[in-house]
This record gives sequence, structure tokens and C-alpha cells, in this order.
Amino acid sequence: MKWWHFALIIPVLVAVVSPLASSSPDGLEKVAQDQGFLGRSQPAPFQVIADYLFPGIASEALATILAGLLGTLLLFGAVYGLAWLIKSRRTEGTGQGR
Amino acid sequence: MHIPDGFLNVATVATTYAASAGGISYAVREANKKLREKHVPLMGILAAFIFAAQMLNFPIAGGTSGHLVGAGLAAILLGPWASVLIMSCVLIAQSLIFQDGGLLALGANIFNMGIVASFSAYFIYRMATAALGDSRRGRLIGGFVGAWASVVVSSMFAAIELALSGASPLAVVLPAMAGIHALIGIGEGLVTGAALSLVLAARPDLWQSRVVRRSAI
Repeated sequence: MKWWHFALIIPVLVAVVSPLASSSPDGLEKVAQDQGFLGRSQPAPFQVIADYLFPGIASEALATILAGLLGTLLLFGAVYGLAWLIKSRRTEGTGQGR
Repeated sequence: MHIPDGFLNVATVATTYAASAGGISYAVREANKKLREKHVPLMGILAAFIFAAQMLNFPIAGGTSGHLVGAGLAAILLGPWASVLIMSCVLIAQSLIFQDGGLLALGANIFNMGIVASFSAYFIYRMATAALGDSRRGRLIGGFVGAWASVVVSSMFAAIELALSGASPLAVVLPAMAGIHALIGIGEGLVTGAALSLVLAARPDLWQSRVVRRSAI
């Protein structure tokens, strides 16, 4: 087991409790509401997992958890891969250049 | 603080896209020089944590909520350029997959919550550790203050972009955004401080710091 196997538990747990999130408007939405420009916002031209609700699931809490877990693991994998591709290789390996 | 489409005008969209594209390409070059093998899993963990934590809105005063931005945590641990990469990936995924933050506003969102937040957190953290000493206490206080300031400063940049786009006059939108995010930033500072103290307890060697470490007090 590597350290990050344990560390990954933290974002996974956060994703699992994400249905507990406050549904009040966030700071920007609140300001937009108060100052009357919220109506300018335009809907997205396409929807994949809009509003962090995995499509086709009746329970909103379960849909949120699934969307959260999917995004959490996707970002772990994508950024791990990206970082691996661009990390410095100067001090590693057997000295052959890139 | 994710700006949806419709709030920004064409000039602001174009300018912020150009600034963010330039920032990301420079960030890739900097990360190529500085990132080591041991930082690769930490990059992934931070991206996963920031995505998940951004879903978890916490209530603040007046029927408003806020959530972690996370750029301060990433910038303090890995430096601002690595943080720009992490934040960009999170914001791109949120915009393309989760319809959180507009497609046209993506450049502005990366600029505000990626570039501006990472650098403001990093510089204020560095100033705080220079003043308080590079001790556990200095780092945690610097982390709190840097993370708090990153939210306020990036909200002010968002306000400037909104004003330039004609959404609301600057004299109204700037104090409103900064004021509400001064409250949200307290949550940012607390979560960042807790996460940093966890790293210090578990894997202090992962904390990249250019400051020469003083002997433990």
C-alpha cells in the first residue's frame, strides 16, 4: 500500500457526504441576484452530468454521490497522468535524456 | 464563484481565455522543471480533493453558501504553477462534464480561481512565513491567511470582469463580491489549515518549500 491509497479515502469520503451540501446560492449567485443580473445567465448548450446529478437515478442523494465519486476518481486519474507526463525527469532513471 | 455564460462580454471572454491559455502553457513548462516523481500522486490527490470539496457548499450568513476553492492549498504545498495546472483540470472538468461554470466563461474562471487565487495565496503565504518564521505555527497561520486572501482577491477579479462586461457598476459589485467572499474565505482558511496540518503530521517531506528549513523550535 502506498500513502496515497490511504489519502484517496479523504476525497472519496467528501464525495460521499456531498448530498449534505448547502443548497443556498453561492457568493456570486447571491450578488447576481441582489444586483439583478442573474437573469443574464445562459444555460449550457449541452448537459452531461449537469448540477452534479448522475442522470437516470431517482434518488437525488444517490445521483449526487455517484456524480461526486465519478468526478473525484476522474480528476485523480487525469491529473495523476498529466503530472506523470510532465514531471521532471532530470534526476531520475539511468541518465538517458528525454 | 463559477461564472456562468451570459455574464461576460466578448472582450472579457477573449482576454481571459488568452491570459489563461498563456498561464497554462507556462505552468506546464515550470512543472516540467520542478515536479518530482513523489509529487505525482499528490497532484492527483489534490485534484480529487478539490473537486469533491467544491461540491460541499457550507452555509454562511444571509442565505448564502460558499465552498472551498482549493488553489491556496495546492499553491502552498506544490507552488503556484503546479496549482494552476490542478485548478485548470478541475475547472475544465466542471465546465465540460458537470455544467458548473460556463464554456465561454471558462477562461475567466481559470484566470480567477486558478491563476489569481494560486498566486495571491502563495505570495501572502510566503510573506507570512517570512514574518513569522518557517515553523509549524508560521506555516499554518500563513496557510490560513493566504487561503483566505486568495478567495477575496479572486472574487475581486471576478467583480472587475463583471463590471467590465456591464453586468453591474464596479462601485457596487466590487464591495459586494469582496464582502461576501471575506466570509466564505474563513471556511477556505480553516479547511486549508486543517489539510496542511494533516500533511505536516503524515508526510512533511511532500511539502515543497523553497525556504530553508529552520531547526525545529
